[in-house]
Amino acid sequence: MHLMDIDQIRSQFPQLKEKVYGRQLVYLDNAATSLRPVSVAEKWAEMSLRHNSNLHRAVHKTAVDATEEYESTRAAVAAFIGAAAPEEIVFTSGTTQSSNLLASCLEHGNFFAEGDEILICEAEHHSNIVPWQMVAARKGLKIKVLPIDDRGQILISELGNLLTPRTKICAVAQASNVLGIINPIRKIADICHANGTLVFVDGAQGIPHLPTDVKEMDCDFYAFSGHKMYAAPGTGILYGKRSLLEALPPYMGGGEMIESVSWEKTTYAPVPRRFEAGTQNISGVPSLRPAMEMCKLLAGREITAETERVKTFLLGFFSAHPDITLYGNPDDPAEKLPIFSITVKGAHHEDLALILDKMGIATRSGQMCAEPLMDGFGVTGMLRASFAPYNTMQEAVYFTECLQKAIDMLK
Amino acid sequence: MSSLAETKAAVVEEFSMFDEWLDKYEYLIELGKNLEVFPVELKTDERLIKGCQSRVWLDTQVQDGVLRFRADSDAIITKGIISLLIRVYDGRSAQEIAADNFDFVEQIGLRENLSPTRANGLNSMIETIRKEAERNV
Repeated sequence: MHLMDIDQIRSQFPQLKEKVYGRQLVYLDNAATSLRPVSVAEKWAEMSLRHNSNLHRAVHKTAVDATEEYESTRAAVAAFIGAAAPEEIVFTSGTTQSSNLLASCLEHGNFFAEGDEILICEAEHHSNIVPWQMVAARKGLKIKVLPIDDRGQILISELGNLLTPRTKICAVAQASNVLGIINPIRKIADICHANGTLVFVDGAQGIPHLPTDVKEMDCDFYAFSGHKMYAAPGTGILYGKRSLLEALPPYMGGGEMIESVSWEKTTYAPVPRRFEAGTQNISGVPSLRPAMEMCKLLAGREITAETERVKTFLLGFFSAHPDITLYGNPDDPAEKLPIFSITVKGAHHEDLALILDKMGIATRSGQMCAEPLMDGFGVTGMLRASFAPYNTMQEAVYFTECLQKAIDMLK
Repeated sequence: MSSLAETKAAVVEEFSMFDEWLDKYEYLIELGKNLEVFPVELKTDERLIKGCQSRVWLDTQVQDGVLRFRADSDAIITKGIISLLIRVYDGRSAQEIAADNFDFVEQIGLRENLSPTRANGLNSMIETIRKEAERNV
């Protein structure tokens, strides 16, 4: 693969050159959404301006081209995450739709009986909590919580005790959007599978940072969002092991999700199209291909080394700072993504984010769609700086200087 | 006591001296720090204003025909904004507040320069003050 240095990579992301309030933008809200490279925007525009046509239906050339773009993206995603076949990839609007699709299809496929249990990790994003709560309320299921320790690591020793013969599925993130901690998915999957429990992995934060192989993780279902890994918003996938997907009923009805329709009996298309009712994101989905290429470029040695330097520098800065508490501080720094959520003694997270904004730095403040986790730590919110591989050490240093100025202003 | 229009004009005049956003924030932080202490027993759910990322409590009393406001927040910039709202509207009649258009907030650049989540919070604060006034007209 062609190696690029960080400046070349950064030149692919025009937004990195933007100014806000007359200052250079430092974008540290990547866990919310990543910036887009030119290659993604070009593919996205090309699909709208040259290959726009509805998929899977017409015989004309443009429709064939659009369908080819869409289906070859499915194959590319399958290869990218190590799925056994393109049929294991369902296109969705993002991770949230993926978890809702899965929860809903499991429910309607009579996968759950009253009194069954769903195990959810304490650090999950609301998108991996609420869909399960909704099913639980309708079907009379019990939600159980897989706890984390005060460093943010899953208490894997508790997993065995929490699983019962009624635990049907375990929902866990590949990495937490607040803590940045990379969870031991393979271990979790092995323990769950020994109990006959399926595993759904929310890969929204993991996919832009980690080499991901669903076979190696041995998860049953996996989801990610395109917009957090440089692709167009409104794209995403649900991966499922083929035999499991085939056992599920459709999600929504209409469009090309059918095999045949009659007043007497309608039958459904095979997987994955059974789950893709209605006109799909024709322009957005193919942008996943250049986005995955960008992920591969960003996984290059030079870029990874810079991210590691940033991580080491910030972990050192936060640990040494008398007023800062860092959430998600694993024993081994290798188990953490460059996502840093903190609270500062005597300074509210929102005040910090407002002041940093005026210094040109985009961060996130608040509960980060993880209210139960905030409650668990006894805080009303945190300040989060989430780095992407295109962020630099220089930006990290500027962030710490500005953070210190903001803290001093608020004291 | 200055008129409502005079007080609003004074606030706008004060803010016009700041070219830099950080200076405006320094000033709001100062105002926030000097806000009158809010009794802890008044921090009830009924007084909590919804729609703010930071928590904001507002207490309204009718005293001698005018509204008296006390408020607090766990975020200091929000407290500074509260302090401005109190300075402008505290001790005025419900009729006068209900008839006001709260335009000084835009004139000092607060509404558009705070993040939308914060603007929602600011809008919620203003809405609460306006509703309290309308309720007491």
